[in-house]
Amino acid sequence: MIISFAQQLIDGLAALMLLVSFALLAQHRMLSVLHWFAAQGVLLSITAAVVAYSSGHDELYASAAMAFLLKGMLLPWLLWRVIRQLHVHREVEPLMNNAVTMMLALAITLFAFHVIHPIENISELMTRNTMSIATACVLLAMLMMMTRKKAITQVVGFLAVENSLFFAAIGATNGMPLIVEIGIAFDVLIAALIFGVFFFEIRNTFDSLEVDAMQASLVDKDDES
Amino acid sequence: MSVMASISVQLFQAVLLVLIAPLAAGFVSTCKARLQNRRGAGVLQPWRDLRKLFAKEVVMAEHASWIFRFAPYIVFTATMMAASVVPALMVDTPLSLTADVIALVALLALARFFLALAGMDIGTAFGGMGASREMTFSALAEPAMLMSIFVLSLGAHSTNLTTMINHTLNTPVMMQPSIAFALAAMVMIAMAENGRIPIDNPNTHLELTMIHEAMLLEYSGRHLALMEWASQIKLILFATLLVDLFVPWGIAAHADPGGVVLACVFWLFKLAVLFVLLALAETGMAKLRLFEVPEYLSAAFVLAFLGLITHYMLEVAV
Repeated sequence: MIISFAQQLIDGLAALMLLVSFALLAQHRMLSVLHWFAAQGVLLSITAAVVAYSSGHDELYASAAMAFLLKGMLLPWLLWRVIRQLHVHREVEPLMNNAVTMMLALAITLFAFHVIHPIENISELMTRNTMSIATACVLLAMLMMMTRKKAITQVVGFLAVENSLFFAAIGATNGMPLIVEIGIAFDVLIAALIFGVFFFEIRNTFDSLEVDAMQASLVDKDDES
Repeated sequence: MSVMASISVQLFQAVLLVLIAPLAAGFVSTCKARLQNRRGAGVLQPWRDLRKLFAKEVVMAEHASWIFRFAPYIVFTATMMAASVVPALMVDTPLSLTADVIALVALLALARFFLALAGMDIGTAFGGMGASREMTFSALAEPAMLMSIFVLSLGAHSTNLTTMINHTLNTPVMMQPSIAFALAAMVMIAMAENGRIPIDNPNTHLELTMIHEAMLLEYSGRHLALMEWASQIKLILFATLLVDLFVPWGIAAHADPGGVVLACVFWLFKLAVLFVLLALAETGMAKLRLFEVPEYLSAAFVLAFLGLITHYMLEVAV
């Protein structure tokens, strides 16, 4: 079976995307979480560019450039500034043992493959193989949001969900209409900015960025009143 | 005639592998020494060590049982058998046709079982500690190793090394993410199984976190020589296995002298490259904390499993 070089490249990029999602989930340090997040953004823009070149959808070049600037550079830089100012680059504490999370992640990937595979068979696009991987990445990013205690890592998980959805859109339909994509990109940017402000507010109010601590603090206040 | 020829190639290959193993270990340590601005003891040093150890008398503890006395021979024989199963020079050697990868892993597991038993036999603290660590880590490393080999056997529809090599040689070269994942996992496992630096330091004989050396502490004389030789064979076995599974190009298809000599040159060259990379990696990395080793091994398992999944996701159009 001979597969065209572009498809091989896209498949390889999809595999890298899956690897990055697992790496995001396995990281211990805030800074390396951000590095992998930036890598995900860059990977996304490369994929978009390759798909644009091989399928002739020129507007995907614009998405690629946007993904590179926004998801590969701007968002990681914004988050990096936040963690530097808040001094939270200590280790991230996951809720579960790392090995258990990894096994769960593998099960999720299998599940995504099982669910999406019949849909892949219908598609005629060159990028159809990436659909199950994109779905797996969405679920993995959700798992990351669930298993982390710190608000910042949860936000990174949220942004990773958005990255994976973008990836899924490229794979399933060769990208959304440009106007929708620009809209989503700006939404995400604004969300990240608001999150950045929120982190400072959360810290000022609760003295901690851990979600458990916020709840505990609220419970304390209830007791007092 | 051709049967005789392939049997003689098999014998030549097995003897070569066993004899070259100490040289390979010496090569790695010389490379490491040069990288650390030392002169090093030379490539032949492991040979000299072995000769000296074989000449010395065996000192045994008073309470040593027969297990302790027999273990070196069993470990050495099992490792040697495993090494002769791996095709280094020719694709279809007779032994490789009879034993597949699972038998290979089982032979290595047999060697490890007796190594751990011997470590516990005398009853010293270090021996038991080393044995328990070795068994803990091997319980994690073995599934990962099998899993990464299975990624390749999925494509070849066989766990036989000869069939797998033939499959790799006959398919056109293309980007296969699953094989990249399997390679990464296999390299990590090879480092762990051979007690190389992120897991265990092969150069130390007195360290609280040592694993392999802790089990050998009570051995002396020819017993120690056999044990050390076995671990050197294991190193070259894993290197050959990596070469076989991922870059088999250059291996001889038939038992004609010219092809075998050429394959020998290719094989030695690939091993040299691999060992230089190993020396570089060992110089550049620090040893992991003992409690981080399970995480390292589970990362290898995850990589191998990802290889398995991506094989189905991306490469098989079911």
